[in-house]
Amino acid sequence: MSLKTLTKPWAATSYGFLDASAKREMRRKILKAIAVPGCQMPYASREVPMARGWGTGGLQVTLTLVNPRSVVKVIDQGADDGVNAASIRRFISRVSQAEETWDTLAASIVQSRHRIPEETMTKDQILVLQVPNPEPLRGVEPNISIARQMHADADYGKLWLTLYEQLVKAGRIMQGAAYPSLVNGRHVMTPSPIPRWDVPKLNMARHLTILSAGREKRLFAVPPHTRVEPLVFSDRPYLVEDHARLVCERSGIAGYFMNEIPQDDGSSTFEVSDSNLGIKAIRASEGAPAEIGETWYRNGKFAQ
Amino acid sequence: MSLETNPRPLLPPQLVQTSPIVTMRDVGRRYGEVVALRHVDVTVYPGEVLGIVGESGSGKSTLLRMMNLEDAPDTGDYRLRLPGRDDGNLFALERYQQRMLRARHIGIVYQNPHLGLLMKHSSSGNVAERLLIAGERSFDVLRSKAREALDASEFPLSRMDHRPADLSGGMQQRVQLAKAIALEPALLLLDEPTTGLDVSIQALVLDTLKRLQRERRITMVLVSHDLGVIRTMADRVMVMRRGSVVEQGLADQVFQDPQHAYTQQLVHAKL
Ligand SMILES: Nc1ncnc2c1ncn2[C@@H]1O[C@H](COP(=O)(O)OP(=O)(O)O)[C@@H](O)[C@H]1O
Ligand SMILES: [Mg+2]
Repeated sequence: MSLKTLTKPWAATSYGFLDASAKREMRRKILKAIAVPGCQMPYASREVPMARGWGTGGLQVTLTLVNPRSVVKVIDQGADDGVNAASIRRFISRVSQAEETWDTLAASIVQSRHRIPEETMTKDQILVLQVPNPEPLRGVEPNISIARQMHADADYGKLWLTLYEQLVKAGRIMQGAAYPSLVNGRHVMTPSPIPRWDVPKLNMARHLTILSAGREKRLFAVPPHTRVEPLVFSDRPYLVEDHARLVCERSGIAGYFMNEIPQDDGSSTFEVSDSNLGIKAIRASEGAPAEIGETWYRNGKFAQ
Repeated sequence: MSLETNPRPLLPPQLVQTSPIVTMRDVGRRYGEVVALRHVDVTVYPGEVLGIVGESGSGKSTLLRMMNLEDAPDTGDYRLRLPGRDDGNLFALERYQQRMLRARHIGIVYQNPHLGLLMKHSSSGNVAERLLIAGERSFDVLRSKAREALDASEFPLSRMDHRPADLSGGMQQRVQLAKAIALEPALLLLDEPTTGLDVSIQALVLDTLKRLQRERRITMVLVSHDLGVIRTMADRVMVMRRGSVVEQGLADQVFQDPQHAYTQQLVHAKL
């Protein structure tokens, strides 16, 4: 007797794995989240065959949105070929017959952990971000009920205060990833641990972004053409990571967010973090057909 | 209190022509069986110091909390005259509107610094938070306004980024004061601001308050159970007992010639 004989075949589960009532709840919460941009909506968060904290929030959103005509890209820190990204992608396609892709341009749904692809997403695409901690106020207010009340009152004084104190103590704001941002002038959200580099991509974007935390059971959204403004002081500009002039060791492209690869001699080399962009650049340089789309950053500068 | 039982002028001569900045009418508040406030009327004139005295439990802090829009009364009407706006009855506003109004126009100093301060944030940050809530977004302006308010409160600037938790009681009250005056409030509420401090420190803090009052003509409502404090600070006095106002008038008159038996008892006990 093996595990295989004990478990039901996939065909016996609902389409897209989640049962109809779970998906109905997700759809309702997604619609609510779109209606109130940046506002966290609680949801039941079902069991999926993956441990909480490994992207179950994003997965439940994707499983709700997916259909047999979907084309799904899944990335982990920008890479399509990580074990986690690959198994999520394979699981989604197995339970939905959706097509798998590595190409941002081809995808209808991009599920991602901690990065937004470099190629500009369009109105026909949905970005699903996996969120470990959805509460931007957690650091200033551990009590969830009080934090909810603070959101309701747009009471962000304490959050601003922590930024003020970082500037006083360190001369700069220490927040690297997950930079708190004001959505549609009303709710502050954490954009999930994407680098500062990626936050401007959410501002007035053409695509819909849904951010979902499976363990914390909350999701929120940034609809297309919605303002997303990092909390910054008027006289201390928002700075993205200093990657504009770094060159990718493997593909030779520059002006994108890079992964740092430490070398034995203490120096570092860099590889473009959006790995499929790197692959396409290599192909293009070898004369193979590869379509690189418009990118948010051009020559290291954000181009709106 | 009607004029029949208290036929004395209620206002110093310079205030007779001015219209009040605060008008509270018929404020009532119960906590279960306890009637904390009973049909209380309060009028405050611009630039004056209104002292509120009364024994412990007489409703002074409850009244101040109402003035600060921290707590809602069961009955009553509260108007605050601010230049260029009319908010109507403040008790009827939405909570976020009350919060904004409080942040911009009302300052408060509590006896207990834990109520007024974030103990684990810096002192300057405590002041800055007030400005941040009111919408200030320039770091340099925050810094300079926090410094200015702390300086005006005679707080040593070398310690402006220390945490209140690491400061003495007197210094904590100065941080509360700086936070309260940072936005030049229309109304400064002081709930036993020096109670619990050493007598010498208490005198220094009162001196600072007096100086601020003299230089900036800040309208103050000062609550204390200590007649001495009220006497050195207040232009007018309101005496409270068991949730009601039993007597009010010019400070000198109330102290020299108390009408109500309870006030007489208070004044004579003190002398
Ligand atoms: N939050 C509360 N819950 C229950 N009772 C309260 C509350 N606040 C005040 N009281 C009661 O109301 C009365 C007036 O209290 P308070 O305004 O604090 O008096 P004072 O400041 O003059 O000492 C007291 O009997 C007190 O116990
Ligand atoms: Mg009290």
